[in-house]
Amino acid sequence: MHEMGITQSIVAIVEEQAAGRKVTRVTLEIGKLAAIMPDAIRFCFDVVAQGGALDGATLDIIEVPGRARCLDCGAEVALVEVFSRCGCGSNRLERLTGEELNIKSMEVEEI
Amino acid sequence: MCATCGCGGKDGVTITNLETGAQERAAGSQQSASSHGASEPHSHGDGHPAHSHAHDHHHHNHDHDHGHGHDHHHDHDHDHPHQATPVGALAAMHAVSVDLERAILAKNDAVAERNRAWFDGREILALNLVSSPGAGKTSLLERTIRDLGTEMPMFVIEGDQQTLNDAQRIKAAGAPAVQVNTGTGCHLEADMVRRGLDALRPAFGSVVMIENVGNLVCPALFDLGERAKVVVLSVTEGEDKPHKYPHMFRAAELMILSKIDLCPHVDFDIERCEAMAREVNPDIRSIRLSTRSGEGLGAWYDWLRAARGRLAQDAAQ
Repeated sequence: MHEMGITQSIVAIVEEQAAGRKVTRVTLEIGKLAAIMPDAIRFCFDVVAQGGALDGATLDIIEVPGRARCLDCGAEVALVEVFSRCGCGSNRLERLTGEELNIKSMEVEEI
Repeated sequence: MCATCGCGGKDGVTITNLETGAQERAAGSQQSASSHGASEPHSHGDGHPAHSHAHDHHHHNHDHDHGHGHDHHHDHDHDHPHQATPVGALAAMHAVSVDLERAILAKNDAVAERNRAWFDGREILALNLVSSPGAGKTSLLERTIRDLGTEMPMFVIEGDQQTLNDAQRIKAAGAPAVQVNTGTGCHLEADMVRRGLDALRPAFGSVVMIENVGNLVCPALFDLGERAKVVVLSVTEGEDKPHKYPHMFRAAELMILSKIDLCPHVDFDIERCEAMAREVNPDIRSIRLSTRSGEGLGAWYDWLRAARGRLAQDAAQ
């Protein structure tokens, strides 16, 4: 539900960086544990981009899987859920990846 | 970014100072430009003066950006000369990739950090109270203000989509309050809190309670500059809420289980709920209380005292 606001933020940041140039591609990095649905962002993107520098731009979303380090046994484990357990039984996990919410890059047209 | 989850801009945000009755509409104010910019440029269709806002906002942005110190500024600078080259060259259009590496919520986070520094400088304990609607946040604040008001001065920022009701209740309980009406927005953002603080002017060493919009989803994403998030869950809700809304319970330092005087009448399994909360967040503390019977309030008050103590210690260092 908050994806519309997030998408508006993405478009605003990219438009500002594009400084008047036409943007043809935007690449985002969204962690799988970031509480953001990539499909909802895609859905909002075309609507929000309409009429601006990003109109018609391709949206690429790199989904970053969750990984964590177990604070008890030191193992690195994959996090599929927001909360999870290490193979050793511990739930004291330090997140390494999966919470990303970044604009990685954009492609702009140059004359 | 936009305050709303799914529609509209921030035009609907109103801040009301219950002490003076003064109201500030977000849309017209200069301050709002810094935070609004993100959503303003998109309101083309509405015929708002989006461009003037956007320009103000760009200046603010640049300030923020420098703080982050990313390389893309160089790209930015380099690009201008290219644009300035004569179009007569008739060069074919080609796409150039520009690295941005930028956090989408950076704007909110930057304002939140400023709020945090502002609180720290004044040794103010700021708490962000979150819950679903109706869990008893306002009742807990009313009772806390009545019981502890003389021991620790309290100031309250109330967030709701509509009405001044909660701020009026807080004022009646004896604490200065500012109501932030988010319009269609479903959570508070850092700049709304900053503007709330401008109106509220909390005292040195006081406690600022920020009562967020009742919602267990989006408020988890938006840092307001608080020292800690406190999630309130009433025993009339489902005990599995920590699993259903794990982001919020993960972000909170303290879980308050409220309305425990109703336990005999409901099937809420407190132990199970606490176990679920710990599964999501092993470090979360839990306090069971009832503002009606007074049971458990002592533990909450001790938690507040300890949090203030830690703050004072940090300030002394």
